[in-house]
Amino acid sequence: MMETRREQNLGIVVAGSVEKGTEVRLDSSASVEDMVVGRYVTIDGKKRRFFGMVTDISLGVTDEEIAISPPDTADAFSAEILEGTATYGSLHVLPMLTISDAVSGINEEPQPVKTVPSHFSRVKLASEADMEFVFGKENNSNFYIGNPLDMETKLCLNLETLVKRSNGIFGKSGTGKTFLTRLLLIGMLQKSKATNLIFDMHNEYGWAGSFEGGKGGVKALKQLFPSKVAVFTLDEENSRHRGVSTDFVVRIGFDEIDPEDISLLRQTLNLTEQAVEAVYQLKRHLGRSWMQETLDMSDSDEIEVLLKNLNIHESSFANLRRGLASIRRLPFLVPHAQVNAVDSILGYLDRGMNVVLEFGRHRDITAYMLVANMLARRIYQRYQEKTEVAMAGKVTPPTPLVITIEEAHKFLNHEIANQTIFGEIAREMRKYNVTLLVIDQRPSAIDEEIMSQLGTKITCLLDNEKDIEAVLAGVSGKNELKTVLARLAPKQQALIFGHAVPMPVAFRPKDWGTAKSYEEFTHGNDSPEKADKDIKDLFE
Amino acid sequence: MNKIGEIVESGSSAFTAECYELHNIPALGSLVKVTGQETDIFGIVCQAGTAGIEPGRHPVARGKDETSEEAVYQSSPQLLKLLRSEFQVLVVGQKTSGRILQYLPAKPAHIHAFVYPCDSAEVKEFSRSFDFLNILVNNRLEIPTEDLTAAALREMSKEQTDPRAFLVGGGKALTSILSGDYRRLKAILARLKQ
Repeated sequence: MMETRREQNLGIVVAGSVEKGTEVRLDSSASVEDMVVGRYVTIDGKKRRFFGMVTDISLGVTDEEIAISPPDTADAFSAEILEGTATYGSLHVLPMLTISDAVSGINEEPQPVKTVPSHFSRVKLASEADMEFVFGKENNSNFYIGNPLDMETKLCLNLETLVKRSNGIFGKSGTGKTFLTRLLLIGMLQKSKATNLIFDMHNEYGWAGSFEGGKGGVKALKQLFPSKVAVFTLDEENSRHRGVSTDFVVRIGFDEIDPEDISLLRQTLNLTEQAVEAVYQLKRHLGRSWMQETLDMSDSDEIEVLLKNLNIHESSFANLRRGLASIRRLPFLVPHAQVNAVDSILGYLDRGMNVVLEFGRHRDITAYMLVANMLARRIYQRYQEKTEVAMAGKVTPPTPLVITIEEAHKFLNHEIANQTIFGEIAREMRKYNVTLLVIDQRPSAIDEEIMSQLGTKITCLLDNEKDIEAVLAGVSGKNELKTVLARLAPKQQALIFGHAVPMPVAFRPKDWGTAKSYEEFTHGNDSPEKADKDIKDLFE
Repeated sequence: MNKIGEIVESGSSAFTAECYELHNIPALGSLVKVTGQETDIFGIVCQAGTAGIEPGRHPVARGKDETSEEAVYQSSPQLLKLLRSEFQVLVVGQKTSGRILQYLPAKPAHIHAFVYPCDSAEVKEFSRSFDFLNILVNNRLEIPTEDLTAAALREMSKEQTDPRAFLVGGGKALTSILSGDYRRLKAILARLKQ
């Protein structure tokens, strides 16, 4: 019965334009209340078949008089006659792709539409086969991420295509960004050849992540893929308390901090321009131990001489020292680290392992920015070197790397996007096999140039006008998508568009609601009862 | 089927027939046919009446002392010869080479051609399409076309297996013909209800 419903004729095209989409007059047999915005339809044109989305539904009358003196509501007979004839429903359909040649009937690669279907072309609900053709099948490289809204079809992402560019996940707080990210990371671990480096600010991806409104934890990457994931921590004690088995405790030496790292923290540390300038001079003068020495200096005469030599103003120096002191308080910073964290991370990445860096209790943005920037910059340099060597034809290029960052607008805002390494990665690191997965709740705060470089964007509900504008900038059919975006449920619904999907799709992220699907990730280590409980926890 | 009348005045769009029996007039809106050599002509009874055969002589009242209408005719049997019943038929279609075509025939019916009422099967066959409604709605007649249209549909519905569905279908066809004239449509729909 489902099948016949899918094949049902909805109506015919009566007007349209490429820019605004087509008007479809609904058949009297199709009820306007069965139509849903966001539903997919196919239009059988004379020469080709179109694939489109319902973006608006409206009611019409052939004679204004009907609206002025409508029939008596008790008069079912008249109402039945007028329904679908003098009063009718109409759909606004935005054709998005052409999917096959109507003459030969052969499916072609979906192409963006460049025309509209001719008058009176029949419009039908998209069939299962059409949907599969457009959205792909689950296979070795396609990851089943969810279902288009109100449909059972699987929406599959080609993860190899996805990781070739930087991507973004956006949404208001509490709309399921973390859940979506975890899902996508699991997909990447399973189906793409890329390795992941995750800066896990809230300790959600490595081990037992927290869950909005839920009790206890849910399994995360390390538990699901113990042999593929290494958990690094900045806060050993916190990790131990949470029962996380960590692979490496990150310590960063003062001598590893460069002036560039401080320059990025200018805003967070409240440093003046002059103070930042002073850092470069101090480094040049004092060498690698500049930070330690600057902080340790106590003899005022000595300071005076130094400042005079370097032509640094006293107040700038005081400002800098205050800032540096607040960094020094971070417990994971030591005068000299025994093992270099970057080497260690790269060691794991080279072996094809994925690295999750937990921040433990150091959730303040200073720590996060400092560490993420420092590490990413050095990893970037290595990747760049390796790729250049590979280009010379001596070795194979490095495995693609995806770096996941949260609170991305702190790194990628208009003021510092040009300075942080993440700005550069977003812009050009694709060439060096490094891409970003940006997670953020204020996309409008991210630099426009960076936003435009993101290949695929997945966005949960956003209700700030600026954020919506920022996310949808440059997408065709923007106004229609705005309607769809604003109507997403506050949880567990998202809109995906860009490079990795043939057309924008609103979808419900995959439900791991069955023991089978969850066990797929746990490798069957758990008893069925345990798996059931985990599933409950996951969706509590 | 027995013939009920004979054409006494004929035209392309309408004809007038005289009943063989006084007062034996087909119902307003009912479907009748005239058989011809090549073409059968179908029409809808759109007007009927009974009057004296001589235009100058007006019938006079005769029943003052009679107890019933029948008694009047019994006491004056000549009345059956002095009065005649006539009905007018609006031509709405034809049957040529076995196919029903709901538009005007090429030639009008002959004078003295016989008029037959349509049987159930013929009504069903004819009413498969509602194209004839256009002729009914767009004619200028003595009686209101809204009444005639509604009467025609009601008459036809009696022969259908699902009369209500038939009326709804007819109503929908009218909606499209009268898409710019909701008031007339409303008037017809009000007369369609049973």
